Amino acid sequence: MNKAIKRKQQLVAYGFILPFFVVFATMFIVPLAYSGYLSLFAHTLVGGLKFVAFGNYVRAFEDSAFLFGLGRTALILLIQVPIMLGFALFFALALDSGRARGSKAIRLLIFLPFAVPGVVAVLMWGYIYGQNFGLTGQIARGLGLPPTNFLSDSLVLFSIMNIITWAFVGYNMIILYAALKSIPPELHEAAEIDGASQLRLAWSVKIPMIRPAILLTVIFSIIGSFQIFNEPKLLVELSPTAIPQGFTPNFYAFNLAFVNQDVNYAAAIAFLLGFVIMIVSYVVQLSMQKKEHRS
Amino acid sequence: MRQGARKAAVAITSITAVAALTLAGCTADPETSSTGGPTPDSTGGTDGLITDAQREEALNTPTELTFWTWVPDVQDQVDMFMAEYPEIHVTVENVGQGLDHYSKVRTASQAGSGGPDVVQIEYQFISSFAQTGDLLDLTPYGANDIAGDYVPWVWNQVLLNDQVLAIPQDSGPMGNLYREDIMTAAGITEPPATWEEYKTAAEAVRAKTDSYISNMAPGQGAGWLGLLWAAGVKPFSYDGAENVTININSPEAKEVMAYWQDMIQNDLVSVDPDFNDEWYAGLNSGKYAGWLTAAWAPVFLSGAAADTSGLWRAAPLPQWDASSPASGNQGGSADAVLATSENPIAAYELAMWINNAQEPALLFNTQQNFFPTQISVLEDPVFVDQKNDFYGGQEVNKLFADISTTVDTEWQWLPFMEYAYSSGNDTFGAAVAAKGDLAAGLDAWQAALVEYAEQQGFTVNG
Repeated sequence: MNKAIKRKQQLVAYGFILPFFVVFATMFIVPLAYSGYLSLFAHTLVGGLKFVAFGNYVRAFEDSAFLFGLGRTALILLIQVPIMLGFALFFALALDSGRARGSKAIRLLIFLPFAVPGVVAVLMWGYIYGQNFGLTGQIARGLGLPPTNFLSDSLVLFSIMNIITWAFVGYNMIILYAALKSIPPELHEAAEIDGASQLRLAWSVKIPMIRPAILLTVIFSIIGSFQIFNEPKLLVELSPTAIPQGFTPNFYAFNLAFVNQDVNYAAAIAFLLGFVIMIVSYVVQLSMQKKEHRS
Repeated sequence: MRQGARKAAVAITSITAVAALTLAGCTADPETSSTGGPTPDSTGGTDGLITDAQREEALNTPTELTFWTWVPDVQDQVDMFMAEYPEIHVTVENVGQGLDHYSKVRTASQAGSGGPDVVQIEYQFISSFAQTGDLLDLTPYGANDIAGDYVPWVWNQVLLNDQVLAIPQDSGPMGNLYREDIMTAAGITEPPATWEEYKTAAEAVRAKTDSYISNMAPGQGAGWLGLLWAAGVKPFSYDGAENVTININSPEAKEVMAYWQDMIQNDLVSVDPDFNDEWYAGLNSGKYAGWLTAAWAPVFLSGAAADTSGLWRAAPLPQWDASSPASGNQGGSADAVLATSENPIAAYELAMWINNAQEPALLFNTQQNFFPTQISVLEDPVFVDQKNDFYGGQEVNKLFADISTTVDTEWQWLPFMEYAYSSGNDTFGAAVAAKGDLAAGLDAWQAALVEYAEQQGFTVNG
């Protein structure tokens, strides 16, 4: 193949990917750069716009609303994500073992919540959590128990964790299940011939084999946790005082921009959030890879 | 009935209605916009007023106007306007309600184009938009000529620094709606005239029925401020420039809230969030035997709690000093002209005519069920003598028309009410919901407001 043809082919290849880069640049890079630029200014109602360099970022580190929001997200990461992924892994392994009857129907049922639009899901849960006239309230009263306010100050975070778990167990299960399906059957057979129990098989063969898929679900969950927005945005109507402006960092950025008229600070918060996600994801990835090397 | 529900949506809004907007859709103008708009002085009469000749010319020139409002069926009033002035064509657009509407008005205003000529604006947000220079001063267009048509406290709401910034549309003086049957069951035959009597009544209601005398929604900032207004507390003021007064934790405010803290901690009132399904169910089931609310509420309630028709009655708010009755206001809107409007004369005429001319203004009261702001309507027997079956045939309009005359005229707002409400919810509202220390809640609210105001460059006077 001579050089001229190769060159031509390369050009054609670039031509094919050009639309992607145009869209990527205009829809992603430009807005990102623009909000980065915005985050270096401070706009005040009196005095207008001033260049403050990294002043907004410094302010964020002293902003208790933002830090509490991050703290709540960290709680979700530490409590909700392990529970959700634990369930997802358990269901995936159970389905993969082939011992459950009607596994196709079960798989579909577990996955179904993910197909419910997030906003609809939160509205539905809002009704279920209702203390007086919601489902849990009615059941409690039916049993003669005092109804619990699941949207109170102290419980609302856990109620939100429950919604997220419900919505995403199926999604993560499908990822893990697909990975399990791709394990060569010879490995199972060999282990079974060696007399390994199902538990042993899962622990020593299946889980190590799907470690990359597990890592993927962990990273997705981390990003998802930091981006929680729908749940506080919709539940705040039902329980306005239990969900402050800075409930989650993403919700805070929205409120800063559209309630406090502070677009510049909101841009800085959004950027900081991006950095936090990057750092946490990287640390998790690194530590999981290290484990892999050791084993 | 349906109209009732929409009506409330119109009048309340406060902080509840924000549609999801993506951050990507929002851009900040790097320049502070403080466009003054076309100054009539350069072209107008010698006293700076628009002359009749100019008005004639503007109204007989083919003109396109845009009007942003979330008032249902306002097209009927606009059609009347277009029939009156055939050369003017008005496009009505509903771009959302409450904060959603305001954030779009701000964006358009800062961009300097693409915005409407006339916008609906609640009284409580007028100073917020005046501060950013978005509203046109209507005095050169003759707005002062109609000042006498309005109840003084309402007119004061559209004034800032001697500028008329909007034309009043509806208002919400506060009263007490209550279930007569539940009160009777509790042995109360007369509506409580003072807050002291109200507490005694609340105790009787708790002891003898399954109800609460009322529900005090923790996040209902406009309602709580209305109660302070009724008590003669003046927590805010704004001079139209850079000076704000913030005094939400004054001894007077704390005294009012001490009363409510006592009521809340003794379980005499419930503290459920309002305007959600649970709350509607509570109104229908009799969980709440009353509602301290505004003049738009009687019609709204007859739609929201239709099953309880005939059981409700209306009364003035209980008083701190029964010898000098006072009330506050909650909600209500006006129509303003944006400074960026290219046809300010026609835009002013639209805002003024639909709210001031008799036929369209009366239609707001009969069709949209708005509570009037004009003295002539408030005294009109057609309005006042209306008997309402939902309230057992009581003349509810007459009652609220009387209350309207007792509203304190000097109440002012901060030029950043969006933040004031959201921070109030997170501080004071949280204290109410937790049945905790309301004085501490007010202190926290004060601190948040002062910090924000200073950070935004205002000079804060305590």
